[in-house]
Amino acid sequence: MQELPNFAPALPEIFIAFSAIALLLLGVFRKEDATQGITVLAIVAMLFAGLLVPAAAGGRVVTFGGMFVVDGFSAFTKVLVLLASAFTMAMSANWLHREKLERFEYPVLMLLATLGMMLMISANNLMALYLGLELQSLALYVLAAYQRDSGRATEAGLKYFVLGSLASGMLLYGSSLIYGFAGTTGFDALGHSFAQGVPVGVTVGMVFVIAALAFKISAVPFHMWTPDVYEGAPTPVTAFFAVAPKIAAFSLLVRVMVGPFGDLTHQWSQVVIFISLASMALGAFGAIAQNNIKRLMAYSSIGHVGYALIGLAVGDQVGIRGVLIYLAIYLFMNVGTFAVILAMRQKGRLMEGIDDLAGLSKTHPMSAAAMAIFMFSMAGIPPLAGFWGKLYVFMAAIEKGFITLAVVGVLTSVVSAYYYLRIIKVMYFDEPVEALDHGTGKGLSFIVAFNAILIVVFTFLPSSLVSSASTAAAALFGG
Amino acid sequence: MTDWPLLSITTFLPLLGAAFILSIRGEAEVVARNARNVALLTSVATFLVSLLVWANFNSGTADFQMVDQARWLPGFDISYKMGVDGISLFFVLLSTFLTPLCILSAWVAVQKRVKEYMISFLILETMMVGMFCALDLILFYVFFEAVLIPMFIIIGVWGGPRRVYAAFKFFLYTLLGSVLMLLAILAIYFDAHTTDIQVLIAHPFPVAMQTWLWLAFFASFAVKVPMWPVHTWLPDAHVEAPTAGSVILAGVLLKMGGYGFLRFSLPMFPVASHDFAPLVFTLSIVAVIYTSLVALVQQDMKKLIAYSSVAHMGFVTIGVFTVQVQGIEGAIFQMLSHGVVSAALFLCVGVVYDRMHTREIARYGGLASKMPAYALIFMVFTMASVGLPGTSGFIGEFLVLMGAFQTNSWVALLAATGLILGPAYMLYLYRRVIFGKLVREDLKSILDLSGREIAVFAPLVVVVIWMGVYPVSFLEPMHASVAKLINDYQLAQTAADTASVAVR
Repeated sequence: MQELPNFAPALPEIFIAFSAIALLLLGVFRKEDATQGITVLAIVAMLFAGLLVPAAAGGRVVTFGGMFVVDGFSAFTKVLVLLASAFTMAMSANWLHREKLERFEYPVLMLLATLGMMLMISANNLMALYLGLELQSLALYVLAAYQRDSGRATEAGLKYFVLGSLASGMLLYGSSLIYGFAGTTGFDALGHSFAQGVPVGVTVGMVFVIAALAFKISAVPFHMWTPDVYEGAPTPVTAFFAVAPKIAAFSLLVRVMVGPFGDLTHQWSQVVIFISLASMALGAFGAIAQNNIKRLMAYSSIGHVGYALIGLAVGDQVGIRGVLIYLAIYLFMNVGTFAVILAMRQKGRLMEGIDDLAGLSKTHPMSAAAMAIFMFSMAGIPPLAGFWGKLYVFMAAIEKGFITLAVVGVLTSVVSAYYYLRIIKVMYFDEPVEALDHGTGKGLSFIVAFNAILIVVFTFLPSSLVSSASTAAAALFGG
Repeated sequence: MTDWPLLSITTFLPLLGAAFILSIRGEAEVVARNARNVALLTSVATFLVSLLVWANFNSGTADFQMVDQARWLPGFDISYKMGVDGISLFFVLLSTFLTPLCILSAWVAVQKRVKEYMISFLILETMMVGMFCALDLILFYVFFEAVLIPMFIIIGVWGGPRRVYAAFKFFLYTLLGSVLMLLAILAIYFDAHTTDIQVLIAHPFPVAMQTWLWLAFFASFAVKVPMWPVHTWLPDAHVEAPTAGSVILAGVLLKMGGYGFLRFSLPMFPVASHDFAPLVFTLSIVAVIYTSLVALVQQDMKKLIAYSSVAHMGFVTIGVFTVQVQGIEGAIFQMLSHGVVSAALFLCVGVVYDRMHTREIARYGGLASKMPAYALIFMVFTMASVGLPGTSGFIGEFLVLMGAFQTNSWVALLAATGLILGPAYMLYLYRRVIFGKLVREDLKSILDLSGREIAVFAPLVVVVIWMGVYPVSFLEPMHASVAKLINDYQLAQTAADTASVAVR
């Protein structure tokens, strides 16, 4: 009889999987009235898994026949993903209630998507990567179209599905090429097989894999779906899209590039440099003309991906540390911003226009102040956290002599400051036309306040995040 | 007293006041009153603490004094480090001196969103003081950039009709300059493995690298000073900003550029500074002559003073890059003098603006008969601005010209034309506003200065005369630091010359 694999490293994933199934059963038996309870339980499950992850992680452990890996790097990004999921789940609860869309499938789908992301992060084989990615994507396709009576949401779901399948196809094609030329799909084995020259087929396959993952993190030129899907999808789902899957796909991209293709840095770094430059530029210029705040956030996220990619382009431990710090700060800024957007209601209807924020500083001084903090932070103005995120990636770029990348990065950050400032201008300099509703949910206010305080306080106490990101990055380089 | 972290207290006391104001609740009227009182109290207390800094300052040494240090970023040699020397001491005092006056000047002029206004000013004060005290490059950059946030809000919320345009222009212009400096700071970090300013001043940077670093820092400081041709944000920002905003802008924010040259460009990149000095001289002379001429034709009082600021700051940059004792001390003195005088002039404009709600020069005339006290005070500051002996303006300009004459007599000659053009536009302004016949109907009922306004101007008059009559109390603490700066600079030049001879 074959020996059972070691389940211990996958404990958080197993826990989430069982929670999802248990909550699904609960929902089926208890029907609609259990939705609120299930939502709360889902949040609890995510937070509990977030505690399990660091507990389960010690050194690097590989299990399930080399398919699954747990190390400091995976622990760091998994905690981020679980935090992001828990935040967005909490934000959704209020929205589901107000839009009368309370169905138990929603939290279950979120849990499944989160499970997929955790598997992606821990993937140590191209096949495991594909499985995790698909589990995540399928759940996300459904979530995008969750508001099925809305034409826009359905359109967004369909668009995301069609383009997402294309990306999955590219990933599979690339993986098959790599398998054909290298003879293996395991990351560890791939990592050792390119010491004596690289077959052309592997390079081509790797480019396909990069393209598919670039699609998932919405980097230029695979970003086309982002504004439409962000705009069309229900706002809490957009918030989810903007954070959790990005972090998961990003950490996957980092692992694939640094691990199995670590010897091919010459081949992929120019690709990454290009998509980084293009993403920063498009994110900065594309957002200027937007009037819908969700579309603006889509372009903003494209830009942020560009900055984080600088760290990957550098490709060493300092660069990856920059990526991790950037992603962590990006998480809190985005969650906070979307919580403010979700609280933008006028006579009960959710508003999405930037102009609807006019005079927010008079009608809702605290929300406006928090939003201003998020916007200044995204623009990278010190002393807010967003500045430190940028500082660490630029630091890596300067250290390795990627001067062009750094110069373009800071210049586009000035351009993007323009549209972040525009939101502050609308909130602070313009007079309110029609006031937004008050009291749109205690939970939302709490999330907004929590993230805003975190963004401000980070400057005074940067050490905990920076040192854990350093440890995580070191883990990837066998430190 | 000396073992107290005086500089950190000076820096963060206003922030404490801001937090306190933030927590004030209640009716709008009560909140506004309490916010004003708390802000004034905090800023006066901050000023008193900064006076203790001056009292404890030892003029005999060039070292940084009252140094506070704490660990900040783990794994990097980046720490929270504050300290002052003879160069930065008076800038700290200037900031803490002007802030209470700003708050007092806005006592009745600002009626909407008083709470936010006071919070913005107190945060601004923290950032300004912190910037002048910072002894770590990253810390310096954080304060340097953070100033933009409250200033953007101040111009945009309480500004004039074109405030949005002016606020954006101010923010984006200065941000564009500063981000290049950020990259230079990172490059410095990787060359020297520290961002401690004390260490960096002694660190010899490779000559080729100095050129690029100097240019990157120049991009940031030239916009801040502002030097011609990147000065165009200044008139817009000044015209649209509320009175107190202009006061801080002219009084302190413009000094950040000049301070930057003295603190970073000269000591860290001496070779590049030497090479680029002709560029700086040229731009400064253009600024002095061209903006003075532009000031002559202005119809708006604030715009006229804004252009005169550019011209006066031209003297500062000339003085800095002469690298003579007189030149540098003159530049610092000129910055302090300009900080007080231009602040006072903007306050003078604010006085009549509060009454008539226009800054157009043609709308005034003959104010002397109705506002004698105002006419007198305006006269004092006009004279100080044109550099009449006995006022602070004279000492600064005279020392700068002395320094310039030793370095390059042509520079001194051309800069001296500013001394002729300056009085031309300032006296012309004064004549049009104060003298002549009072013909306008609405001016006939205009009131003279109130007690509160006199309380704002009195300390400014005292300082201007004090600086003009007995400059020693301000120059004395600078000597040691400036002498060390020049000595290090010359040693670096000699070393570079020897090196280039050796290569040949």
